[in-house]
Order: sequence, then C-alpha cells, then structure tokens
Amino acid sequence: MTQQGVRRTAEQVLALAPDASSRKAGSKLGVAGPWSGAGSGEEGVVWGLCKGSGSKPYQTVVDLSDPAGPAYKCSCPSRKFPCKHALGLLLLWAGDEGAVPASATAPDWAEQWLAGRRGRAEAKKTQAAASSTADPEAARRRAERRDQRVTAGATELERRLADLLRDGLASAERAGYGLWEETAARMVDAQAPGLAARARELGAIPASGAGWPARLLEECALLHLLDQGWLHHDRLPDALAATVRTRLGLPTPADGPSLRDRWQVLAQYDSADAKLTTRRIWLHGTDSGRTRLLLSYGAAGRAPELSLPLGMTLDADLSDHPGAGQVRATLGERHAPAAPAASRPPGITTTEALTSYGEALAEDPWLESVPVTLSAVVPVPDGDPGSWHLADADSDTALPLTPTFLTRPSLWRLVALSGGAPLTVFGECGHRGFTPLTTWTEGGGEPVSLC
Amino acid sequence: MHGTPAATTPAPPWEDLLTTALLGTDRRPLPVDPAGREAPVALLDAAAVAAVRRRAGLRPGRVAARPEPAPADTRPALPPAAAHRLTLLLADRPGGGGGRRGSTPDLTELLPQWLAAANAHGYAAPPQTLPALLDAARARTDLRPAALEFAGARALWLARLNPDWRFAQRSASGGTSALPGTEDGEAVRKLWQEGLFAERVALLTALRARTPEAARELLAGTWSQERAEDRLMFLDSLRAGLSADDEPFLEQALGDRSRNVRATAAELLSTLPGSALAARMAKRAATCVALDHTGSAAAIVVEAPAACDADMERDGVTARPPTGRGERSWWLGQLVEAAPLPTWPDRLGGRTPEQIVALPVTDGWQAELHAAWCRAAVRQRDARWARALLGSPSAPEAGGPGAVSLADRAKLLAALDADERAAWVAGFISGHGLSEAFQLLGVCALPWTAPLGRAVVDALENAREAGSYPWSFSGVMGLAERCLDPVETARLDSLPAVPDEREDTTPGAGGYWAEAFQRLATTLRLRAAMVRELSPDGP
Repeated sequence: MTQQGVRRTAEQVLALAPDASSRKAGSKLGVAGPWSGAGSGEEGVVWGLCKGSGSKPYQTVVDLSDPAGPAYKCSCPSRKFPCKHALGLLLLWAGDEGAVPASATAPDWAEQWLAGRRGRAEAKKTQAAASSTADPEAARRRAERRDQRVTAGATELERRLADLLRDGLASAERAGYGLWEETAARMVDAQAPGLAARARELGAIPASGAGWPARLLEECALLHLLDQGWLHHDRLPDALAATVRTRLGLPTPADGPSLRDRWQVLAQYDSADAKLTTRRIWLHGTDSGRTRLLLSYGAAGRAPELSLPLGMTLDADLSDHPGAGQVRATLGERHAPAAPAASRPPGITTTEALTSYGEALAEDPWLESVPVTLSAVVPVPDGDPGSWHLADADSDTALPLTPTFLTRPSLWRLVALSGGAPLTVFGECGHRGFTPLTTWTEGGGEPVSLC
Repeated sequence: MHGTPAATTPAPPWEDLLTTALLGTDRRPLPVDPAGREAPVALLDAAAVAAVRRRAGLRPGRVAARPEPAPADTRPALPPAAAHRLTLLLADRPGGGGGRRGSTPDLTELLPQWLAAANAHGYAAPPQTLPALLDAARARTDLRPAALEFAGARALWLARLNPDWRFAQRSASGGTSALPGTEDGEAVRKLWQEGLFAERVALLTALRARTPEAARELLAGTWSQERAEDRLMFLDSLRAGLSADDEPFLEQALGDRSRNVRATAAELLSTLPGSALAARMAKRAATCVALDHTGSAAAIVVEAPAACDADMERDGVTARPPTGRGERSWWLGQLVEAAPLPTWPDRLGGRTPEQIVALPVTDGWQAELHAAWCRAAVRQRDARWARALLGSPSAPEAGGPGAVSLADRAKLLAALDADERAAWVAGFISGHGLSEAFQLLGVCALPWTAPLGRAVVDALENAREAGSYPWSFSGVMGLAERCLDPVETARLDSLPAVPDEREDTTPGAGGYWAEAFQRLATTLRLRAAMVRELSPDGP
C-alpha cells in the first residue's frame, strides 16, 4: 500500500474522533510545534513524539494499513480512543507534508508495537479457523435454548400488547415510561434485543408531540406483526424468516454470496447510547449498482474500529447478511488500496424514492427507510417554521426532511451548499421523510458529509 | 407526504381503528371482523395491515414557493489547504475547558487574522462553511465585519431563511454587496427613501466614500424627517471625507433638537481647522490660557471661564459637569479640546509643542490642561502634538501616573504612524517592563515590528528570570501569540527549555514558562502556515 492510498484529509481524520472534545483537542495538536521525530512508513504507518506537560514526550503511532481499520497506540494516559495525540499526528500528516517525512524505518518503540500487533492478528486468524470446527451439537443445543427463550418473550409481549389495546392507548400516556422499560428488560432477559429496543421506543412515543396515538398504534401493530412472525416462523418463506430473526436481533452470520465490486463510500455516521457506539457505513457498488450497509461497534468512548473515508472507493469483497430485502453486509478481503471515487452514484426522483421504499416494505415490513440517492433536488422551506422539503428541481413534488435532521446544524450546510440550486443528495428515505447524509453540488467536486 | 393508501380491498378507516385503540376494545366495539380472534389481537392485526399499507403507499407532497436562488459568488475558491484550515478554526469553539491554557494554540483567537488575510486575497467562502461563519459572527461582534465580508452575498441569502442569523441583515458591512451603484441616481434615491436603516447607513457610507458632496446632499434632503438616533448615526458617516464644504450643513446641525446631534456636529466642526466654530473656540480658549512672566521663568497661567453662555452651548459645550467635577474646569477642558492646536504656539510666544508641554502650569491646572490637549491631539490627528505630549518613552514619569494617563497615551499613540507608534511602545517596554504595557500594545499595528517584538520577548524573558509566574503576563502573552511576526519563531526556539530551578526562583514557575513559550512558538508556526496556505501559489 502506498502513502497516496492511505493518506487522509483533515475531515477524514476528524471523522475518526470518538467525540467532539477529542476533535477539538486533536485539532490543536495538528501543528508542528509539539511534535518531534515524526515520520511515516510505506505501509501507512505514522509515528511521532508529542510534547505534553510532562518531561517525557508521548509516543504515538498509528497503523492505517490494516483492512480491519486503523489501529492506534499512544503512551498517554487518555482513555479516549483514538486519543488526541493520535488525531493530532494524523492531522499533522494530512496538513503538512514536511512535518512528517516519509522514512523507511520506524523507531524501535513503534516497531515493537507493530510487530506485536501483527503477531496477534495472525494468531487470531489461526484461532478463528480452529473455532469453526468446534462441537456442532453443542452449538445446536445452545441455539435451541435461545429460540425457546425468545418464544417465551414474544408470547409475553403479545399478552402485554393485548392488555394495552384492551384498556386503550390513552392509558399508555398515564402509565408513562416505566411500564415499557420493564417490558424491555424482560425482552433483554429473553435474549431478543430487537424486541427490547422496540418496546423501549414505545415508551417514548406518548411524549413525542401531536399525533402520538397514531404513531403508537402503528408501532404496537408492527411489534405485534414481528411477534407473530417469530411465533409462526416455521411457516414463513426462508428469506422472510431470516428477516424476522434479524429484526429480533438474533445472530445472523454473513453467509450470503460474496460480491467483489468497486465500493464507493457514500456516508459514515455514528450513533451512540450509554454503552455502545454504532457506526453505519453506506457503500455503493460502482459496477453492480447495489447499496450496502456495514455496521461496526465500539464500547462507549471508543470509536468503532472500521472507518472508511467518504468519497473513497474500495476494491473489495462484501458478503451479504441473510434475509429478504437485507442491505447489511460484512467487509471481506480488500484487493487494492482505497482511491478517490471518480463519479457519484446515479440518482432518482422523490417519487421513485418513495416507490423503492414501498417495494422494500413488501419484503421487510419493519423497514424504517431505504438508502437512495436523489438527483437534482432543492431544499425548500415549508410553510411551517423550521420545516423543510427536498423538492425535485423539475416538478413540484417533494419529500419532507425528517424531524431529527431538521434539528441538526447540517440542515444549514445543505441549504448553504444549494443556494437555491439543485443538488445530488444521498440519504435514507422512509415513512418519516428523508434524512440527508451526503451531498454533491452540481458543479462537481468532493462529496460533503451532512452526518 | 400524503398517506393515501392504494385501496384495493375495503379496509376499515384508520380513524376507526385509532378511536377503538385509544378507548380500548373493552369500551368500544371493534370496527373489523375479529375472524375468531380475541378483539385486541384482531385490532392489532388490522392496524398492522393498515400501517404497512400506509407506508408502502406514501407519495411525495407538493411544494409551491421556492426560494430565489442565491447570487453567484464570483470570487476565486480557497486553496484546499486553506479550506481545511478554516474547517479546523471554525471547529474550535470557545467555552470548553477553561482554566490553565496548556501548551496548545488557541485557534479561536486566530480566526480574525485568518479572515482578514483571506479577505485581502479576495477569496470566496466555501458554501458549507457559511453556517459556522454566521454562528461565529453571531457570537462575536468583533468578528462580524470580516466574517460577513468573507461569507459574502450567499450568507445574506442564507440568513434570510434562519431567524438566528437576523443580525446579518442589520449589519451594514454585510449589506454593501446588495447596494446599487452610486452612479445610479434613481436606485440610490429609492433605497434612501424606502430602505431599512442598515441599508441606508451602508448606502450613505458607500456614497460618502465616492462622492462626499452627493452623500451630504442626500442626507440634507431628508434631514428634518429623520429620527434623532438615526440623525446621529447618519451624521457620523460624514466623518469620512470631512471637508470645509460640509461646514454650512454642520453649522445648521448645531441648532439641532437633539443634544447628541449638536455635540457630534460641534466635534466634527472642531476638527476642521478653518471652520468658524474652530475659530470661535480658539478665541474662547485663548482668553483662558496665557504666559505668565511674573516669576523667574516662563509659566502658563490658566483662568477658567466664569460662565457657560448660550453661544458656547450652541457650539457644543455641555454646561452641566458630571458629578464630582467643577463647572469651570469642565468648561475649560471642552474649550481647549475643541480649539485648533495651532492656536497655542501663536498664543504662547512662538514655542514648539514640546516647549509648551514642558512649561510649568500654575495653580495645579496642569493635569486639566494637558488632558484637554491630549484629546485635541487625538481628535485633530496632530502627530507633532501627540509626540510632544507622549514625551520620551523611557522617561520615569511615562511608566507612572504622570500628567498624561496610560489610557490617554494609548490614544495619543493612535495619532502617530505605525512605525513610530511601535518604536515608542518598544522603548516604553524596555524601560518599564510589561506590567503597564498591555493597553499600549493594543493600539500597535499587526504584525508587530521587529524592534517591538524583540522588546516584548526580552521583557518576557526578564520576567521569567525575575521569578514571576507566567499567568501574571497572560494578557501580553495572548497578544504576543496573535501579534508577533512569525519570523520571530526562530528566536523563541531556545526559550521553551525548562531552566534549572535555582533557590531564588519561584517553585514550579519554570515549567509553566516553558509551556507558555512553547504555546507561543507553536502559535507563531501555525500563523506562518496559515499565511502560506492562503497564498494562491499553495503552501
């Protein structure tokens, strides 16, 4: 891998940061001042010594060569990952070629870590190969036990939903959060995290503003549909049964066929709760025209390991997860270093976007949204204050932007980039509206992240 | 979006399902055939079908009015490295952290310089940075003119769509791009008649810069109908390009209903040495100040005015003194301040300003008289008098509470040219150290001249060796980070090393000084990089 392939822009480096304060702290360290002995190797390894407040400088090294994502090591005591020193070093490398000279050999302290890391990676591979030959009978019994617990959970949830409808949704407003929190906890015990998450969301709906009863009834009904799907999954077609398993949060290994393509990174964004950071990366196959989602996770305070810069293209294998209408995939072998994408994905109209969502619901009725690229759309303010649409440039049809997007600063980046002129916008289109994630202006040029 | 389901089979209306769901199946009959299932379950079945059907059948909504497209920005785009730098500078918002500053640069403090440099090159702002630029301009009024100039016409277009950025509309400097050409008489008259206040101020300022008399005539045409506070702002715009031609208009404004307007008109007239008002004030002031030959050496004797008559008031003299000040000295100050400075050599025996300032003043009037001369020198931008009143920077009284206060000295410095100002401050710092220098450094031009920069760095080094803590000098340190010429970085390289702690030094100070000097050097390197990145030939 050459330097050219792995060198990141400042924006791409900042996207690696675990949180805003790390971004800020890292930015300040992205200058030559505190650094000494910085250098970079052929394979995308960068190292340097950063002067801190103590007498001994911190030793920072980043390895970007691993297909599984960048790895970081720093002698500072920070629990942030990557720490501000690693971010600062990468920013320095991105911004100032002179400050991080390409030199062939890393200093001993960096070399030791790299060697250790590579050794562990090898060992892991061997171990993974060995574990696949583990006792299949025991695994089957474990799966069976789990299925029984999920069935018990789904049955209990059905009873609770029936009780709610018998008493009326109006009582849900009085019952408040506690009822659903408790139900969610029961579903966690039942090893059905998908049911737990949906149950928890039901608890938030009565406080979600006007029209909440309709939303609550819809979500209760879809949760009921999921319970029923599980309770009768032996009568479902295989693909739909697999979808139900996925929606319940049961493990579904990526055993689909592997597809090699030039995958363009359309968007990368994180969502975090108290325990977990979830990173979603949308890819578009330049040749196959397919759009796929990679998920990766990090414990709280740590950025997920996998990070793919927006606008780059990877020549790589992806294998799909099972299930009807699934877009989730797992990244397999990478065949070449990432290169800047030459084109943007082909776009469709707002009408076509909703049609594709409607069609996808036939295979997965629980689908919140589908990934689409809209071409030639203009952000247009709605009559209501603070409400915006994306309107087709050539007709008066338009999609509302989702309420969550309307509260983000990136709404204004989108409007500023448009200036009233048409844009290409990639995002997620569903029953709540459209959430823009990335945009390209008509004049060409780099994609701009709206995440 | 409209939730119109594509109805193929008759289904119960969603509203009926919802009403039953709200009240509960125990209280309201089911609107569907239960088909042998429990009522709540049958209701959930029907609702699931309806929900998926609604979602699958969604159609786009309609929009009618679209915003007018933003005007095109024809300025060249930023070089990529400069665009990245801007992203970093804008990402560094104040408010986080606090406490000790550590060794890393304060990026927020560098944004004004970056904007000024980018504007000097005439670059266009990348559109995606406009929201952050507007937010920065909203939070910091000092940043507003430069940020709005850089953000350009598209930012004003954007600001119309977001109430948080309404300030941009009011800001005169941001509105100039929308002004009609000053030669387009019809458009100018229309905007002057119908425009918002900020637009009118911007128009008047722009017109004044090009054709001063046209601006004055425009103002005179509507003068009597303007509100008092507007008249004050409009009058202020005449400061630019002020000439003897403006005198009749200003004389007329001396009779204005508003006291503030009268005072401003008088002030403007007093800066015109040939004006009738200046001559009247000179005459009044001269009667109060005379040479006294009765003693062994020449001295100045002061006889403050005994009354403030109506004519004096009409010429801008405020009759009532502020609390704690005597009436007569208050009047004297105003007369001397408004009198043309060339009055004094004639009146005081042909002496130069230096000789006049050196003369003793009888009966304790010196402070009053010198302070008024300071104000006159500042107002009339008279370098000779400013120099005389400032005196030698290394003189002992310059550092202490002399006849002229530090605040007055800072103002006097503004009447000198940039090099002379820097040289004076450098001399002051070499003689008196840094503890009183902050205010004086604030009026020096950027970047600091080499002698001034060297004086500051030397003084900081002296302070370190004297065992002070660096935070006693954090104000000067912050100024140095912004104002030192980056070519001085090399001189700083020897400083960050932690010196040995000696018995007579303050414990721990060495480490903090090292940190502070490191931050200073890092910031200077960063500023040098900023300038390189903005040059069109690339970094």
